[in-house]
Amino acid sequence: MENFEQLLAAHSFFKGIDAKYISRLAEQATPVSFKAGEYIFHQSEKARQFYLLNEGKVAVEVPTLVHGSITIQTTGQNEILGWSWLFPPYTWHFDARAMEATNALVFDGEWLRGQCEEDHELGYAFMKRISETVVNRLQATRLQLLDVYGIHF
Amino acid sequence: MLPHLFRVHQVHRETVDTFTLQLDPVDERGAVSFVPGQFNMLYLPGAGEVPISVSGDPAQAKHLTHTIRSVGAVTKVMDKLKRGDLLAVRGPFGTHWPVEEAEGNDIVIIAGGLGLAPLRPAFYQVLSDREKYNKVVLLYGARTPQDLLYRHELERWRGLLDVQVEVTVDSPVGGWHGDVGVITTLIPRGHFDPARTVALVCGPEIMMRYTVMELEKREVSQNKIFVSIERNMKCATGFCGHCQLGPIFICKDGPIFRFDLVKDWLGKRDI
Repeated sequence: MENFEQLLAAHSFFKGIDAKYISRLAEQATPVSFKAGEYIFHQSEKARQFYLLNEGKVAVEVPTLVHGSITIQTTGQNEILGWSWLFPPYTWHFDARAMEATNALVFDGEWLRGQCEEDHELGYAFMKRISETVVNRLQATRLQLLDVYGIHF
Repeated sequence: MLPHLFRVHQVHRETVDTFTLQLDPVDERGAVSFVPGQFNMLYLPGAGEVPISVSGDPAQAKHLTHTIRSVGAVTKVMDKLKRGDLLAVRGPFGTHWPVEEAEGNDIVIIAGGLGLAPLRPAFYQVLSDREKYNKVVLLYGARTPQDLLYRHELERWRGLLDVQVEVTVDSPVGGWHGDVGVITTLIPRGHFDPARTVALVCGPEIMMRYTVMELEKREVSQNKIFVSIERNMKCATGFCGHCQLGPIFICKDGPIFRFDLVKDWLGKRDI
């Protein structure tokens, strides 16, 4: 447990969060490992987990009929994976596949939602961090769409 | 500044539209020495003259190396050059990356697309004086895996134990197993101490603007960030005014600038 607390406290997602929440969250954290190539979740499945990645690398993919799976983003150490557990309809929008051996701490999304509803201070801290991640990824996606290496720039 | 004749020693195809020329001076008047970040004016009679950064190793004094993207009228003709062909070179011109000034610090080199070419000499110099720096980080982004420059060197650099090299592509076509996402997504992953970091950034201006924002999020000071600006350089001596950006002549005062000294002029319309 103490080890989980240390892992949570050191993770950039929880930077600055009150220590009392670290203890509470550590009680519910479960360590998981994925082998290279293993799928962590699939598009359209129920989104029940929130992953804090501690080691490794994960590809977020879109399955297509013609081109197979297309990687739209990679995420890794000290980053998070998955926020669909937080918003209806609670289903994954993409596939996630470990690109290399990956270790994470996983939380039950329904439990986390309940905690955020019960304790709005925790809910605010969580939403602030999730929002920051979403904004960062939105900005990165916009930049990606601009095709900045094209001849127009 | 008079041009001097150089002969093409070797042409190396980097990507579908980018190639590297190794040039030998025809006589002793042709200079191959330079400092990282400087550029030459390459001239082909009948086609024209273009400013191109030197992309070779500054410690290697035999050839002059330039990596060129075939996008305009002149570079498209240069793309047809073969071993033994002649072209004229004026230079080297311009300011340099503060590689020596960064000694004792962490150094973060961030390149987008063809931006790795002007930064490669700086990286060579850092590697040759590795013990003079603390952490060394190279972050490189390109549009697709096929657009990555210097692939063999990148693979070799990634194998070095005392350097962090991260490469990402915007669009992963053709069996790419590395990172996917824009260059800015690599910055939070860089193992450097922002308080003692000097960052060298080169790429399209829009990429540099967002890169600087991300560096600022990590609290790298603006006066420790250096960018390379390349706009409309024609004479390379500050006479013609084509490259004027506010009070600055990029060819003469640049192309390497400390970010805080030029930030007010970047992104401004109609200048």
